[in-house]
Amino acid sequence: MMQSCFKNKIGDVVLPGDIFSFELPVTEDGSVKAEKIICGPGLRRNGDEVLVCKSGILRHKQPNLYWIDSQQKRYVPAKGESVIGIVTAKSGDIFKVDVGGSEQASLSYLAFEGATKRNRPNVQVGDLVYAQFIIANKDMEPELVCIDSNGKANGMGVFGADGFLFKVSLGLVRRLLAPQSEIVKDLEKLFPSEIVVGMNGCVWVKAKTVQQTLIVANLIESCENMTAQQRQALFKRVADGNL
Amino acid sequence: MANDGASKLSKNLLRMKFMQRSLGADVKKQLEEDEKRIISDEHWYLDLPELKAKENYIIEESSFVPCEDLVYGRMSFKGFNPEVEKLMTLMNTHNRDEEEEEEMEDPGRMETDVTDEEMARRYESLVESMKKKFAKKRNRPALDQDVNSNVEDVQPKKAFLKPQD
Repeated sequence: MMQSCFKNKIGDVVLPGDIFSFELPVTEDGSVKAEKIICGPGLRRNGDEVLVCKSGILRHKQPNLYWIDSQQKRYVPAKGESVIGIVTAKSGDIFKVDVGGSEQASLSYLAFEGATKRNRPNVQVGDLVYAQFIIANKDMEPELVCIDSNGKANGMGVFGADGFLFKVSLGLVRRLLAPQSEIVKDLEKLFPSEIVVGMNGCVWVKAKTVQQTLIVANLIESCENMTAQQRQALFKRVADGNL
Repeated sequence: MANDGASKLSKNLLRMKFMQRSLGADVKKQLEEDEKRIISDEHWYLDLPELKAKENYIIEESSFVPCEDLVYGRMSFKGFNPEVEKLMTLMNTHNRDEEEEEEMEDPGRMETDVTDEEMARRYESLVESMKKKFAKKRNRPALDQDVNSNVEDVQPKKAFLKPQD
């Protein structure tokens, strides 16, 4: 069984350099018969082995998905992830977008909803874009698009005329985006507000007043290192108006 | 005399295109053989065992999104931005629906809007009209007859009638 070597390590701390190796069961006719496994972030394939390349906790999701739950601040672009980027340059038919990765991503002016050669999107240097990676690998310049496969924007594109942008760790971002996130449930009860969370650690907040915007931003930032009780106590104090 | 002159010329010159015509058959053959030998000497190969394409049993996924079922990144609370709230429900229910579909995966039994009988009836007419389309013009009347098995009285063939004075 290929999965058995993973099974007894689920929930354990693993370190870079750890190796999961397995013998592929071979049938009589020489062909290999094994179920496939998917190794997510933190695991990489090396021949017939799986190497750990991040320190963290080994997680598992049915049926055959394994990954390392790790804490980091440096964003590495991954295909399909939605991020908040800052447009840093306009050059010909592409925009350069800073997403916090090792290299700036490129964003074609045609990759916006309703954009044609004639009808260019109105994007200025310094604008924020919520976009999705269509190309992201270690050997190539990452590329963003602001449309899905049907050509719909789905909330992607330029946003944030005002509001406040700040950076948090990638772990906090994942906690914010988790289904039924506790932090989001607590935030929901406070003021009318809007947040945009990018997988690259950027969070953008806007509320009715500047004061409220800053309160929400500070609350999210402070969620980084707080237990659930501490957080709920703090949120209650804010809701009561005595911070 | 021509032969004498040719043998004195260098090999490389003889190999040129415009010299080919003046060469004799045996000289040509020899040149070709020389060339072949040069190529086979220069042609080298790696002494490696034959590489077999193996099927991959390990698939890499670099994103956390499918691992942790992360939700849509734009959120609005208490009606601050109704547009985003609409999008939120759309995107998040969309994901959940997909999951549910996977969970209730029951091959061979899908909920259908169109019953099998209705489908068959529809395709019946489609098949006929497609058949007509692909039939050659000449065969078309015959086909029509086949379709309506009760042959109607065939109209007399139209012919040019000479006008009477």
